[in-house]
Amino acid sequence: MSLSFVRGLWLALRLELQESVRSRWFILYALVFFGLMALLALTGISESRVLGFTGLSRLLVTYIQITMAVLPLFILVTTARSLVGDREAGNLEYMLSFPVALSQWYWGKFLGRLLLVVLPVVGALLLALVYGALRGHGLPWQHVSLYAGLIAALALCFLGLAFLISSLARSTEVALGVSLAIWLILVALLDLFLLSILIRAQFDPAFIVGLALANPLQTFRTAAMILFDPQLILLGPASYVILDHFGVTGYVVWALAYPALLGLAFAALGFWRFARTDLV
Amino acid sequence: MITTSNLSKRFDHRAVLDAIDLAIGDGDRIALVGSNGAGKTTLFRCLLGHYHYEGAIAFNGAAPMRRDEKVLARIAFVPQLPPPLRMPVGELVRFAENSTGADPARMTSIAQGLGLELDAVAHQPFNRLSGGQKQKVLVTIALARAADLFIFDEPAANLDPAARAAFIDLLAARQDAAMIIASHRLEEVAPLVNRVIELDRGRIVLDDAVADRLTAGDARTATVRLREAHDPFARALLQWGFGESRPLTFTGSIPAADYYRFLGMISRYASVVDAFHFGEAPKPPPARKARRHVS
Repeated sequence: MSLSFVRGLWLALRLELQESVRSRWFILYALVFFGLMALLALTGISESRVLGFTGLSRLLVTYIQITMAVLPLFILVTTARSLVGDREAGNLEYMLSFPVALSQWYWGKFLGRLLLVVLPVVGALLLALVYGALRGHGLPWQHVSLYAGLIAALALCFLGLAFLISSLARSTEVALGVSLAIWLILVALLDLFLLSILIRAQFDPAFIVGLALANPLQTFRTAAMILFDPQLILLGPASYVILDHFGVTGYVVWALAYPALLGLAFAALGFWRFARTDLV
Repeated sequence: MITTSNLSKRFDHRAVLDAIDLAIGDGDRIALVGSNGAGKTTLFRCLLGHYHYEGAIAFNGAAPMRRDEKVLARIAFVPQLPPPLRMPVGELVRFAENSTGADPARMTSIAQGLGLELDAVAHQPFNRLSGGQKQKVLVTIALARAADLFIFDEPAANLDPAARAAFIDLLAARQDAAMIIASHRLEEVAPLVNRVIELDRGRIVLDDAVADRLTAGDARTATVRLREAHDPFARALLQWGFGESRPLTFTGSIPAADYYRFLGMISRYASVVDAFHFGEAPKPPPARKARRHVS
């Protein structure tokens, strides 16, 4: 990677940060995640005990479960209209008239967005640590670090998907519609579809497990669970498949690597498409 | 400098540009005119590498890839509608400096000439500026670049008369570079150019060379006496930089390239004009050097 490429990448990244940090979506996004953490802390959830979790661990488990549902939706809805929205508004026409390579523009924008979606969520985790320290709770540094990694991997996955959708769609309406449809399918595949497919269609259980492993939301959910419940008692019999084939460490590595690589593959596909069609 | 050969662009099998053969030389200042859908913006987008196209575009004899950064480094572009960018003006200016090598001091000087203090608006989001301020920022960025080709899409549409006069002088100072200025109305841009190309349904129907009337600082004084007080007319004259030298009498200076536009404004208020006088002897009307119709 040459110095001039990195320089162009940095220019595009900085521009994306400057552009998005003032947008309503980012302000709302940051407010939701910080507000959620503050709300959970203020409601005294860390003092309650459910299935053996209490203190900061209890707070983090609740936060991470809500994050799993909200984060992908936010990323898809706000990012899927990014490129196509810029195209419709005329931003691309002007900005791409400057001598910056398309790859620098696209990947700079991608990295800028990644920072923007990860920082508020991780920032809220750090807020939880501060709160925990003030309340005298034990600080689960390892769990917080792994949660931060899982969130980054999940964000990367859905950001890549959103960039792909945005480069394929010719209007923001289509991009939003497709994003919502994909999110709904993935959420439904968490439990509802999987169980119904398993029971009604009598598929090979390995196929169902494969489907669950391929769903980045399910991967995130199971990995988040495994950090506090290494025996996966909450998951029931399916835990045997995971523990026998992966082990705890293996599954956490899978949950970090798979969504991240999937997101990068989606983003690369999006760039391939973006660079080969009319830009405006 | 630029040649297009058999340049065509189709959308859904409909030709928006249809086999355009065009040669643009150094110092060509071209008014690109035509109605909506004639193909002006599509031609710009092909030159900027935004579109895939059929045929060829060559820069100094070399045909680059569709979008080539080395070529883009030599083209400065001002769109018809300013993009709704939320970033601060200072950030946009910094991006232009870093990506094109535009001189910051020159940018400040050009902006001041157009009546805009870049420092004063540096922290404001670009999309919160007025239409005229946005246009001034974009024109400033474009003219500060060491470009060989300037592409302006209705560049002066949002500029006040004083800024427009400064803009004309700035264009006159860049006689070395080629320019393409698009407009729906020829009279808006005719005094700025030495060549007129008309597009109609994607084809060149007229390619005229016209007398070059663009000279920096070439201006004439004008005096307008009103029959009676008329606020809208007075405001229009004040916008052109006129002052009320005596009651109901306004005096000001008109850049040579803006005569026709100014006369167009005067004609709208003809019923309240008591007397009108240009201070200097008029120059000979522009003589057309050559005329070539393209079927």
